[in-house]
Amino acid sequence: MSQTPDIQSGRLSRQQLEQNFEDIHPPLDSGNAMLEAQRCYYCFDAPCVNACPTAIDIPSFIRKISTGNIRGSAKDILSQNIMGGMCARVCPTEVLCEGVCVRNTQEGQPVRIGELQRYSTDWLMEKGDTLFQRAPASGKKVAVVGGGPAGLSCAHRLAMLGHDVVVFEAREKLSGLNEYGIAAYKTVDGFAQREVDFILSIGGIETRCGVRLGKELKLSELKEEFDAVFLGIGLGDVNQLDIGETPGEGVHSAVDYIEDLRQAQNLENLPVGRRVVVIGGGSTAIDIAVQSKKLGAEDVTMVYRRGPEQMSATDVEQEFAQVNDVRIRTWLQPDSWMMENGRLSGIRFEYTEPDSSGKLTGKSEYLEIDADCVFLALGQKMMSDIFDLEMEMNSGKLAVDEQGATSQSGIWAGGDCIRSGEDLTVHAVEQGKQAAIAMDQWLRN
Amino acid sequence: MADLSCTIAGIPSPNPFWVASAPPSDKYYNVDRAFRAGWGGVVWKTLGIDPPIVNVTSRYGSVNLNGQKMMGLNNNELITDRPLEVNLAEIKQIKEEWPDRAVVVSLMVPCNQNDWEYILRKVEDTGADGVELNFGCPHGMSERGMGAAVGQVPDYVEMVTRWVKENSDLPCIVKLTPNITDIRYPARAAKAGGADGVSLINTISSIVSVDLDSMSPEPSIEGKGTHGGYCGPAVKPIALNMTSEIARDPETLGLPISAIGGISNWKDAAEFMSMGAEGVQVCTAIMHYGFRIVEDMIEGLNHWMDEKGYEKIEDFRGMAAKNVVDWQYLRRLASGDQNE
Ligand SMILES: Cc1cc2nc3c(=O)[nH]c(=O)nc-3n(C[C@H](O)[C@H](O)[C@H](O)COP(=O)(O)OP(=O)(O)OC[C@H]3O[C@@H](n4cnc5c(N)ncnc54)[C@H](O)[C@@H]3O)c2cc1C
Ligand SMILES: Cc1cc2nc3c(=O)[nH]c(=O)nc-3n(C[C@H](O)[C@H](O)[C@H](O)COP(=O)(O)O)c2cc1C
Ligand code: SF4
Repeated sequence: MSQTPDIQSGRLSRQQLEQNFEDIHPPLDSGNAMLEAQRCYYCFDAPCVNACPTAIDIPSFIRKISTGNIRGSAKDILSQNIMGGMCARVCPTEVLCEGVCVRNTQEGQPVRIGELQRYSTDWLMEKGDTLFQRAPASGKKVAVVGGGPAGLSCAHRLAMLGHDVVVFEAREKLSGLNEYGIAAYKTVDGFAQREVDFILSIGGIETRCGVRLGKELKLSELKEEFDAVFLGIGLGDVNQLDIGETPGEGVHSAVDYIEDLRQAQNLENLPVGRRVVVIGGGSTAIDIAVQSKKLGAEDVTMVYRRGPEQMSATDVEQEFAQVNDVRIRTWLQPDSWMMENGRLSGIRFEYTEPDSSGKLTGKSEYLEIDADCVFLALGQKMMSDIFDLEMEMNSGKLAVDEQGATSQSGIWAGGDCIRSGEDLTVHAVEQGKQAAIAMDQWLRN
Repeated sequence: MADLSCTIAGIPSPNPFWVASAPPSDKYYNVDRAFRAGWGGVVWKTLGIDPPIVNVTSRYGSVNLNGQKMMGLNNNELITDRPLEVNLAEIKQIKEEWPDRAVVVSLMVPCNQNDWEYILRKVEDTGADGVELNFGCPHGMSERGMGAAVGQVPDYVEMVTRWVKENSDLPCIVKLTPNITDIRYPARAAKAGGADGVSLINTISSIVSVDLDSMSPEPSIEGKGTHGGYCGPAVKPIALNMTSEIARDPETLGLPISAIGGISNWKDAAEFMSMGAEGVQVCTAIMHYGFRIVEDMIEGLNHWMDEKGYEKIEDFRGMAAKNVVDWQYLRRLASGDQNE
């Protein structure tokens, strides 16, 4: 990327950058963890358990913190969700467990379940305890394609159940978007890779990085060579904007930029726009907007075509963006690129409103917003031409049954690449686990 | 994995955690749930001679800390209000279905030998592992000449214990009331009477609060109230001290102890066992949190023992009792001798 006067690196000093990208929720110390744990009522039929996609026994793990049985606490968490450490950092708890905590009605303040979960899982990883043992060898071999949350969760559960697993990963590092996508301040100090080490420590999982299905690997061959296959390949492609030819410079996919950010050795070297516009209303849009601000952008505006209630970013995320000085504008849809001297100078939006049926319509009134840099965060989609076998699809993603079985016998799938509603780390982990349980039964029949 | 199996007053148990004689152990349904959750034993809710007593309805009052966590519970529930035969049939069924768990039957009977003989035969027929003599109920029953009244007079404790031991081979645990000046006296009496062990503490006589409008103690029943029995986390320090008193009294040295009083988790239990108890019993914490707390008690004790390298309970039992000394033996660190 060539540099223009308004897009440059090193807007902030290294020290300032380090400070901006610190852990947004510093870990609880033991005293505060104890106090927080004692706020839990240990509810019977606890609503938080039902709201956790991986069904962690939340009251139990919290009580064990208060009794000093931290190992048992971590085991409650990790036996249901092997990425309990990452989920503690990245789950939108406000719409999951903490959203339904009965303390909300009593004090307007839920038990800080996510932070307590982090306390226990951090403690365990610090100890370097594997925690789980493998069942006697089944003699079966399973291929897992994609080493993200879905793939690793599936691989761990399969290994635990006694199967041998080979994980094929296109990238250099394992853990998928945990390593390449999640906002930097949510997972600091190389946590994603420490978690990978913890997961692999159970044994029985061979990993092959740098091999891509559809390139070096063929699905038909994997199906031949292995007793079963799991696909956890996520979404490799992003949606584009259809408002005329995209200017070569200054327009980026948010996901690609975040990947560069997450892998940057030195944030000082990242080029940052002075005036940034983000298009989208999901958590990726929030993440790129806030991270741009933290990298030193002067002015960041996030623009969404519908209202705040329709954004998939939660209230808490929207507020987080706003306190980080991101302006959120709604009911505006992109109309055309603004150019000056052959360079991007901004983007023109059309005001929108829902018609009587709720369908979005343009109002033929316009607003121009100056920008040196525009990020597109319009959602991800699946790459085409990956499979050499006929795979049934559903709305552009792999079609699966309740346990994650695809239309091809012996092939399961989970995570972002299947149709399931929200794309969250915790859903990917759960789907990987459930598929492993179903595969285990199928392999033993 | 440490070995948690143990023997309490001669009764084998897969773990040291028993449900105390109280509402959670009052019927088949509850005890079955307790065993499913993992409890090693139960002391069945106290039985008496028919006709069953009638409990009053407003039975509990709780003491909260800044209106938050329950510190203590006050109750004036008496012994079981179900017919004797119904309880006995259920005890028999439970013991048949859970042969590896400890099933102890708590008894409170008028002070005459015939009644004791009668009920002991009945208990023996159920296949239960032992009996616990309830001399400690501080409310209601003591006014009727039973319970705490007996428990407060060491001679009676010894006499009734002897009757029981003479009439039955069942292991006999004497439950002590804390409503007494020096807990060592009834413990010595129990030993002299031939008890296989003591359990303590029963509830402490208490009045939780006064309603300043009706000028009646709470909980109030038609404007009147009575003292109740205090239990829960608030009584733990008292129970721990009394346990240590008995554990280190030369006259009762080695007398098995089943500790009770404010125990809510594995740590509390480990503290009582380090003070000499062979096992523990729990009531209030179960009423508050449910039977499932035993899972953490078992797991937490296990992890702690693994960490410390204790393979079985005997490896650490009583270790702290040795370090309880009378005040005058404490080495005082006055400013003058800090440098020695
Ligand atoms: C910017 C961003 C921020 C996010 N923030 C959050 C958040 O804060 N909280 C939250 O809960 N969720 C968040 N998510 C969503 C979450 O990251 C995903 O739902 C989750 O990672 C899905 O896991 P997965 O295993 O299905 O896919 P991925 O994490 O995408 O992993 C797929 C893996 O498969 C590999 N792969 C792809 N194609 C191939 C191939 N052909 N051959 C071999 N390997 C292949 C990829 O390299 C990758 O390692 C965020 C997503 C993005 C994009
Ligand atoms: C509601 C209630 C009923 C009780 N009933 C009995 C009983 O019938 N017999 C008995 O020996 N102890 C009875 N107890 C006392 C308990 O067994 C136990 O000794 C006491 O509650 C202290 O333990 P805790 O702090 O774990 O509750 C009762 C306690 C409560 C709270
Ligand atoms: S809902 Fe809240 S108070 Fe209840 S068990 Fe869950 S975390 Fe504890």
